[in-house]
Amino acid sequence: MNLPAIRAIYLYEMGRTWRTLFQSIASPVLSTSLYFIVFGAAIGSRVDTVDGIPYGAFIVPGLIMLTLLTESISNASFGIYLPKFTGTIYELLSAPVSVGEALLGYVGAAATKSVILGVIIMATARLFVPYELAHPLAVAVFLPLTAITFSLFGFILGVWADGFEKLQVVPLMIVTPLAFLGGTFYSISMLPPLWQTITLFNPVVYLVSGMRWAFYGHADVDPWISFGMTFGFMVLCVATIVWIFRTGYRLRT
Amino acid sequence: MDPIVVISGLEKVYAGGHRALKSVDLEIRRGEIFALLGPNGAGKTTLIGIVCGLVRPSGGQVTVDGHDILRDYRRTRSRIGLVPQELSTEMFETVHATVSFSRGLFGKRRNPAFVEQVLRDLSLWDKRDSKVLTLSGGMKRRVLIAKALVHEPEVLFLDEPTAGVDVELRRDMWAMVRRLRDRGVTIILTTHYIEEAEEMADRIGVINGGEIVLVEETKVLMRKLGRTSVTIGLTQALPAVPAGFGEGVLSLSDDGLTLTALLGGEEDAHDTGVAELLKGLGAQGIDVRTINMDRSSLEDIFVDLVGKRA
Repeated sequence: MNLPAIRAIYLYEMGRTWRTLFQSIASPVLSTSLYFIVFGAAIGSRVDTVDGIPYGAFIVPGLIMLTLLTESISNASFGIYLPKFTGTIYELLSAPVSVGEALLGYVGAAATKSVILGVIIMATARLFVPYELAHPLAVAVFLPLTAITFSLFGFILGVWADGFEKLQVVPLMIVTPLAFLGGTFYSISMLPPLWQTITLFNPVVYLVSGMRWAFYGHADVDPWISFGMTFGFMVLCVATIVWIFRTGYRLRT
Repeated sequence: MDPIVVISGLEKVYAGGHRALKSVDLEIRRGEIFALLGPNGAGKTTLIGIVCGLVRPSGGQVTVDGHDILRDYRRTRSRIGLVPQELSTEMFETVHATVSFSRGLFGKRRNPAFVEQVLRDLSLWDKRDSKVLTLSGGMKRRVLIAKALVHEPEVLFLDEPTAGVDVELRRDMWAMVRRLRDRGVTIILTTHYIEEAEEMADRIGVINGGEIVLVEETKVLMRKLGRTSVTIGLTQALPAVPAGFGEGVLSLSDDGLTLTALLGGEEDAHDTGVAELLKGLGAQGIDVRTINMDRSSLEDIFVDLVGKRA
């Protein structure tokens, strides 16, 4: 295994985070904090409990997942798209680096950033709304699993995109709506039966539900199903990336 | 000398159907400087791209130091350094960071002393903490070379290394390439500056339309295909071409005052040929007023070769 390469890619990507601290960490923490202030503290104080949980606390797991999803996708997609855009991808493609090693470097760094961000947001949320973790171990599993899975998805997006617009369009036009409609701000049990069924086709439902169970021991979907769906999506992403490297899709001519 | 890169029957057909390489066979000898010449679109960059892992071959085989580039890519790629044509490097990184990154990427453990040596060799040490963005084009080119050398490759590909580089830096690079060759690094370069190939290369390969047209030692190529044109001004007009110099060697201008001789062979032979010619003219009582020699360059040979096949 080419450990120096994994280390080099990982540290390079992490270095980019520290160089762009405001954009990478401060900005998402600030925007999520605004959600806590507006929906949690201000509006939430006038809303009744949802599934027995105060509304301000209810939205915390969903908002963490929303940030985790968008940041994981953004970090990983940018990490691989930037070398493509600047032409420096030649170095990675001509290096003795396997698919797994490239993934450990790029996706590992993107997921690390997201997990750091998730932990900061969890700590920040505690300043605005009180909550306790029902299953801390499950939080410790869901947080990195989601970060890794969506960093893998971001990596695929970064390889696929041939312009900055495509890089933005998936997170903004697909992922964010799915996150908002995936039970971040409400319990899907509040929806009419037909919409409850339709919502189950939204993969984000399983992430939010799994995290909410880890926080409060209550969820719309069985936590094992949430875990299975997330893990399944991760396997699908890995398989797609292996295919990308084998065929050279959008990387090698 | 044993070959370090062996290319056999290499084919490349792009998705659009363009056949960029047509059954290319080529051997690069260990420790030589090999110049690959060809017009735009001849297949030079595709050929380099395949050996380095950037382009997928459609057929044929390439081995580097006996290892197949597809089956044993780790061994082959770790032996190869590539300096691309474009100035592609991380603009917001410092020189030291980007060069160190390349060493790690190619599987080498950290070695600050070696990184320092590479940077010093390329006159980049004073710029080690500068962001690449702030460097001139020539210095960026040096950074790319440092990145390609920092993992201690045995084979170095230089794709148009002196494109857009001023004369002084070009001379510096030539000197650096020779130093690398002296250390045992095999160098394969493509260039548009044919004088560069003539000046530096041990052997020259010409590629055109995806086919290798010719591979020859530079000196042999110049001897085989080089020509010296000798223009002799006479004090008195001659009625006809003087006899005794071989058929077709001499031609006479319409006014009978200028003789033109076309001599083949290497440089020494040219000189001998000119001396013999002058001696022969003197023996026939023909007085020479002026003499002008024009030796054909590799560029003339290249244009001739490529033109014939176009």
